[in-house]
Amino acid sequence: MPNLKDLKNRIESVKSTRKITKAMQMVAAAKLRRAQDAAEAGRPYAERMNAVMGGLAASVGNSDGAPRLLAGTGSDQTHLLVVLTAERGLCGGFNSTIVRLVRSRIADLQAHGKTVKILTVGKKGREQLRRDYADLMVGHVDLSDVKRVGYANAAEIAADVLARFDAGEFDVASIYFNTFQSVISQIPTETQIIPAKFDAPEADDASTLYDYEPSEEAILEDLLPRGVATQIFSALLENGASEQGARMSAMDNATRNAGDMIDRLTIEYNRSRQAVITNELIEIISGAEAL
Amino acid sequence: MADMMQFDLVSPEKRLASFEASSVQIPGADGDLTAMPGHSPVITTLRPGVVRVQSAEGDKSYVVTSGFVEVTAGSVSVIAERAHAGDEVRKDDLSDLLEEARAKAASAEADQKDGAEKFVADLVQLLEDME
Repeated sequence: MPNLKDLKNRIESVKSTRKITKAMQMVAAAKLRRAQDAAEAGRPYAERMNAVMGGLAASVGNSDGAPRLLAGTGSDQTHLLVVLTAERGLCGGFNSTIVRLVRSRIADLQAHGKTVKILTVGKKGREQLRRDYADLMVGHVDLSDVKRVGYANAAEIAADVLARFDAGEFDVASIYFNTFQSVISQIPTETQIIPAKFDAPEADDASTLYDYEPSEEAILEDLLPRGVATQIFSALLENGASEQGARMSAMDNATRNAGDMIDRLTIEYNRSRQAVITNELIEIISGAEAL
Repeated sequence: MADMMQFDLVSPEKRLASFEASSVQIPGADGDLTAMPGHSPVITTLRPGVVRVQSAEGDKSYVVTSGFVEVTAGSVSVIAERAHAGDEVRKDDLSDLLEEARAKAASAEADQKDGAEKFVADLVQLLEDME
């Protein structure tokens, strides 16, 4: 029979766990709001940027003088995977879903005889990928000291990626992150950033003929590196919102589970307390009868 | 209204301004230009400088460092990598950037040296204008 004191301690400890998960859930909810606002605020910039670059890319892209960031190196032998994950755990399947997508991608690329390199952003992704792919890791960006991800962080990552591209370390780069759908659903997403790809501009955009100052090529040359930073920045923001959403629902589940566990333990506690009382009564009564 | 146009100023982190304006003065990479309603469509890159906007509520100015501008007959969109409203910006904000730009100009490859040094010169000019 379980000891009464042990059961009581157990219930207390589950109760304090529930307090912690409840608090974490509320913190995540507050942070989620802020992350969503940030993602919302960043959207106009990214949209404009893509629209203008899409238009430029369509007109310059096929000529011989197209920048390498747009046209690529002419080969797709070496792939750089930029993996964005969280700095902390306790957010359900958030990190694992990204890592799972990356793993399947790596297996796929390696099966086709491509070379794979990995750049991780966020501690959790690095920890999970290091186990199997330690020799493919080329770098890591630590954001654990960053309270609020800003454009400067994205620009740094972009500078790192671009420097590697200029040094000829890879031909194709893609980023992996979670797109925020809702609190209960985050979709692991892959986006190719180098060579740059754009959605075809809408028909009415194309009908406006712009003058370009300086030339189209020069503007494109100037904008493409910024475009890389912008894409990384929006990915970071999406990822931030997804992380808080995932943590919120994970902590909500944990709080509920803790509540269920407390109920079960309380029933067990009451049962054994009753059993002890019954036992004592039997002893007293049979003792009295023996006299 | 024919004598007004939509003015937007966006940075990666937020939308700084969005209102009707009657004229916008832009520090373009190849020289300043002023856009008024009905301007022919232009896309130009920015050099560090001040964007001056005239609107019904009065004049406003914004300090921008780099980015680009999209002008159409009915709108002006400034897409700036860094932007501050004119009365918020302080010299300290820009001096960090200047240091960074100087370091970059010093280490730049020969074919990019001109551009990097021009960027430094533009920044220095901007800082002097602000005094």
